[in-house]
Amino acid sequence: MKRNGVFFWVGAAVFLIAIALMTKLITNEYPFFAGYVILQFIVLAVAWSILGGHAGYVNFGTSAFFGMGVYTAVFLFKVAGAPLLVQIAAAAAVGALMGFALGLLTLRMQGIFFSIATIALTIVIETSITNWRYVGGAAGIQLQRPPVTWPFSGYVQMLFFVQAVLVVLAVVVSRYIQNSWIGRGLQALRDDELAAECTGVPTLRLKVLACVVSGALMCAAGAPAAMYLQYADPSSAFNLNYSVSTLAMSLIGGTAHWAGPIVGAILLGTTQQLLTVTISSEVNVLVLGVMLVLFVVAAPEGLIGLLRRVRDKRREGKQ
Amino acid sequence: MTPPDTSAPLLQISGLTKRFGGFTALDNVSVDIRPGERFGLIGPNGSGKTTLINCISGAFRTEARTVVFRGEDITQLPAHVRTRRGIARSFQIPRPFRSMTVVENLMVALDFAVATDPLVSAAHRHETAMSILSGMGLASKADASATTLSQVELRKMELARAMATRPKLLISDEAMAGLSSSEVDEVLDLLMSLADQDITVIMIEHIMQAVMRFSQRVMCLDAGKIIAIGAPNEVMANQRVQEAYLGT
Repeated sequence: MKRNGVFFWVGAAVFLIAIALMTKLITNEYPFFAGYVILQFIVLAVAWSILGGHAGYVNFGTSAFFGMGVYTAVFLFKVAGAPLLVQIAAAAAVGALMGFALGLLTLRMQGIFFSIATIALTIVIETSITNWRYVGGAAGIQLQRPPVTWPFSGYVQMLFFVQAVLVVLAVVVSRYIQNSWIGRGLQALRDDELAAECTGVPTLRLKVLACVVSGALMCAAGAPAAMYLQYADPSSAFNLNYSVSTLAMSLIGGTAHWAGPIVGAILLGTTQQLLTVTISSEVNVLVLGVMLVLFVVAAPEGLIGLLRRVRDKRREGKQ
Repeated sequence: MTPPDTSAPLLQISGLTKRFGGFTALDNVSVDIRPGERFGLIGPNGSGKTTLINCISGAFRTEARTVVFRGEDITQLPAHVRTRRGIARSFQIPRPFRSMTVVENLMVALDFAVATDPLVSAAHRHETAMSILSGMGLASKADASATTLSQVELRKMELARAMATRPKLLISDEAMAGLSSSEVDEVLDLLMSLADQDITVIMIEHIMQAVMRFSQRVMCLDAGKIIAIGAPNEVMANQRVQEAYLGT
């Protein structure tokens, strides 16, 4: 366990240093533009699986949280020209509150009913923002990036680095939850809610906690998107594709381990980026669907589950 | 056979009624369970036994003051708090945490139900879990996945998990259903040994020899009403109990 911990922190540090070096060494903006999207999806997938994986509550509201993050940033930027870090911190707070409200209102419902409620949430929030003129309404809003600060050479590079920090933050949180009593409690309630409750697990409180943490991270991941695109409009900020992609990435990677969603997000995110560039952004969605079906049939526990099964088989073979 | 009446009851059920729509599952049930008692609960299918257990353990909410545990009204408490106060149960159909190993199933109880003392390390809790498992004869299965257990092992694991919450009252809901006669004896011996550890046990059971051997007192429910309560022999001899079981 201890050695694992050292490896993990060294890995995280190496990752951030590598990202920082990239922003210095690569002059072409495109890799950052594409990489940013992948990093963003890693945060979303890792955050999603805190509730969807550990607790087994399938949230279709990723786009609601993501979009709220975008619009929190838009609002703060327009009202006070708030700097990026303030936008992200505020978005995390808004996401936590949203998660808390969603959790209290809906987590008494189980299974599919919770999922339906999260879709409803997306629609309600999108409609509200669409009718809010101050942040641009249905037409959207243009944003002018402020000048970039040292040590970054370009704004996209900075966003890329910031999103990488969010990745590390999300993974640290998810890993902590998995290895702590919180993770054990969530796993117990995913297996059997009544049995968990009768074994002393405060199921509602843990679910709300997972929803708050997951919501805060998703909203935080959305906040820099406003500056990334320099534009925001409700139908793209609340696009259901965020929900579907995030869910697919988590499930394809596997939710049994914190690394699963990362693997899934990198795999699917990269594929999507490649397809968008080489063919079209519409093919994206098709490929996503096909991959999801393939995995549900062939590896219902995702890549991580598949790896574990192979490892277990090998171990049995040795014995 | 009967324990002294002097001590205050551990659990007081008074005037407990539970309705589901127009159906009355429990009708004005009142009973006191004494500390250390081995209490048998019988009755035909659908007589309200499991409903009563659900009302005690907190899966169902009931009117105020209908369930009093150690002198305290617990009707407003959610199930997990009741577990922490000392009420543990097993389930009629075993409900293991399937994604976990046997010992991890117990660790859930140790992590959540027992007052968390930061000084008690994870290693120590693991040791506690292992000692409970050895007591149940499950030590060799500690690292096996809960899905690989046989029926009798599942029953034992449920009891072990319940024991890990350090209960004062253990409710065993048909822990012997579907077991062979030698397995029934095994589980019965386990329950007896738990009762010797100062734990009050309520046992729901259909297997009559087991009920007779185990219980100091037996209560029979029929259609949500208590039709007999007393020493096992008396209850079995009761005309209404025989009618309820055999039909008239």
